[in-house]
Amino acid sequence: MGLTGLEIYKQLPKKNCGECGPPTCLAFAMALANGKAQLDACPYVSDEARANLESASAPPIALVKAGAGDYVVEMGDETELFRHDKKFYHETAIAFKVSDTLSEDDIEAKAKEIDGLVFERVGLQYRVQFAAVVNDSKDPVTFKNAVSKVAAVTNITPMLVSEDPVAIEGALEVVGDRKPVIYAATTDNYEKMTELAKSKECPLVVKADGLEALAELVEKVVGLGYKQLILDSGQRETAKVIADLVQIRRQAIKKKFRPFGYPTVAFTTEEDPLAEINQAVAYVSKYASVVVLNTTDKAHVLPLLSWRQNLYTDPQVPIQVEEKLHKVGEPDENSPVYLTTNFSLTYYSVEGEVEATKIPSYILAVDTDGTSVLTAYAAGKFEAEKIAEVMEKVGLNDKVKHRNIVIPGYVAVLKGKLEEASGWNVIVGPREASGIVAFAKSQFS
Amino acid sequence: MAVNIIKEKSLAKVGQVKLGATKEEGGTRTVTYTVGGDSALPFHHFDGEIANRPIVAMEVQDIKPNWPETLTKHFEGVLDKPGEWAKKCVDEYGADAIYVRLEGAHPDGADKSPDQCVAVVKEVLDAVGVPLIVTGCEVEDKDNEVLTAVAEACAGENLLLGFAEQENYKSLTAACMVHKHNVIARSPLDINICKQLNILITEMNLPTERIVIDPSIGGLGYGIEYAYSIMERARLGALQGDKMLSMPILCTVGKEAWRAKEANASQEEYPGWGDEEDRGILWEAVTASALLQAGASILLMRHPKAVELTKRAIDQLMEDNSY
Repeated sequence: MGLTGLEIYKQLPKKNCGECGPPTCLAFAMALANGKAQLDACPYVSDEARANLESASAPPIALVKAGAGDYVVEMGDETELFRHDKKFYHETAIAFKVSDTLSEDDIEAKAKEIDGLVFERVGLQYRVQFAAVVNDSKDPVTFKNAVSKVAAVTNITPMLVSEDPVAIEGALEVVGDRKPVIYAATTDNYEKMTELAKSKECPLVVKADGLEALAELVEKVVGLGYKQLILDSGQRETAKVIADLVQIRRQAIKKKFRPFGYPTVAFTTEEDPLAEINQAVAYVSKYASVVVLNTTDKAHVLPLLSWRQNLYTDPQVPIQVEEKLHKVGEPDENSPVYLTTNFSLTYYSVEGEVEATKIPSYILAVDTDGTSVLTAYAAGKFEAEKIAEVMEKVGLNDKVKHRNIVIPGYVAVLKGKLEEASGWNVIVGPREASGIVAFAKSQFS
Repeated sequence: MAVNIIKEKSLAKVGQVKLGATKEEGGTRTVTYTVGGDSALPFHHFDGEIANRPIVAMEVQDIKPNWPETLTKHFEGVLDKPGEWAKKCVDEYGADAIYVRLEGAHPDGADKSPDQCVAVVKEVLDAVGVPLIVTGCEVEDKDNEVLTAVAEACAGENLLLGFAEQENYKSLTAACMVHKHNVIARSPLDINICKQLNILITEMNLPTERIVIDPSIGGLGYGIEYAYSIMERARLGALQGDKMLSMPILCTVGKEAWRAKEANASQEEYPGWGDEEDRGILWEAVTASALLQAGASILLMRHPKAVELTKRAIDQLMEDNSY
């Protein structure tokens, strides 16, 4: 996205005064292109050149922040259409609706459910981002009470869903310091909404009917001097929502179309909670920065958050587990010992199957830079001497009385050397993790 | 500021593959499907033509499968009757096609003979009118015997047979050539091997419109993102004119999703994960939905509710969204 040194050089005064540090304007331009200098260091750059350079170097999609303290949510700042080109940076934030027409008890219960949506899976913690209080009552006082109630129960950042500036103003009195998302500025209320958002520096959703109207309204809000924005094209049909999300992303990244250089929000419409999750999967896949849901059932939310986590992993950096002796259940000195690599996918496949054997066991994960068994072996990162060293390092000798270690079937060839290097008896296990249950049954029961 | 809609024009299309053959075409199917043929990214109707809707095939096995109760309770009384099982999938659960997995051929398991396997496929053909996808037990030598026998006995039915792999593609490809079936070319999550295998198979003169790619997906939470990106790259390659990456893609959704601990573990064991029934269904449905966005054309699935959800999602995604 950035400009080359030569493109920048054309915009500079070409005085070669050296006052910026580097001896020539060209050297300064090169430093700018590499992010090693700031344009402000040049005392002579023209206003026009400054504007040109700033807009060219700005990220295609703005970084927008909501929330405070431990509950800050970052959205946008994406640079790619396809994750394999680099990576996706800021995971889709998930919001959950709470209607202000619910009874006080129900609001409290719903807020507690949202607060409890924290999951532990494959060594990671999955969290949700927003509690979206919806002003269905159309009454500002009821809305303010509901927002207060939710805020008393959970620290999760609020999203204030009302097109009535009076309702938003009241709610901001209670939760303004938590930097909630304000939903939404429309053609009818944008001046007042922008003022409110500005006063508390909260992100403001700009909502319009269709892309054309959205671009116009964004420009109006930006014209009022506010840029912490989130976009809603107003579409609610799955295929059309996807079209708009793709179009907004393309416009921002390929054309640097400024009105669309912001994060986006999508709302599900499906009533069946399972169908709703499926709809949300499509929106998470196709670039939505925020998805607003109804269902707060753990069994529904976990699969969605798992997909989000998968999609947003860095394709170049495999997720790894710690190099150590992991425990499954409460193993003792007679428990089996399995060997695998520290590639998270490999490790957790093995762990899942070892767990299924119902035999408490140890799993030794060797650091192979997060590569799978065969890849690690081929790259010389999973060799007998190294494995023996790790066995020594984790004190395997003291953990169990027996001297049997199970190695993955794909590296059966390691058997001899590892026996030599470690002095242990090496048992060749199944090639695939899926064979572990049957293997354990025949070996250890 | 006016918005000038960006349309990405493709140079080429995804290949088309036809599954099944009617009486007039030499088979016995009452319905056939064509998959692939898109000239745009998945469901980007605003860029080009989305020619055919993705299809969902439900899995039937020739032996009683070792499935969790969440699944088996929907097939009570038919799990040992492949014909009735298939009929239930089509009539009650809306399966577009049937995926017959000849697990019983496994030498370490029931070790069924090629003739017994043929009988199972015939039984399913008699029971339903939809196209069939048939794979073996994934033991190379045995599959070569079994699938060759199936190909011969079902000549004219235009089956989709798998799996042809880099080290073992000749026998199955030859059988598909001779008896006019389609082949599933499976590569291990590797776009280069995927392309290489398609080249090898077409070098044996099987036309590209008789090949379907299986990229070997991981299920949700277990490497699905690798398959997702490989599929996106293959689709982009196809649209840019790379014929050897242009075949429609098949995903073994049911098998991979239901392997996951998250699809099976009880709420008692993992109270933080919620009810296992909905969780299992969604583990499969979300795997399917995610891969649809990357370009899956044929989804092999298991749970009736997951199938229903997936078909509903496909209906919505097939709606025209051009500007």
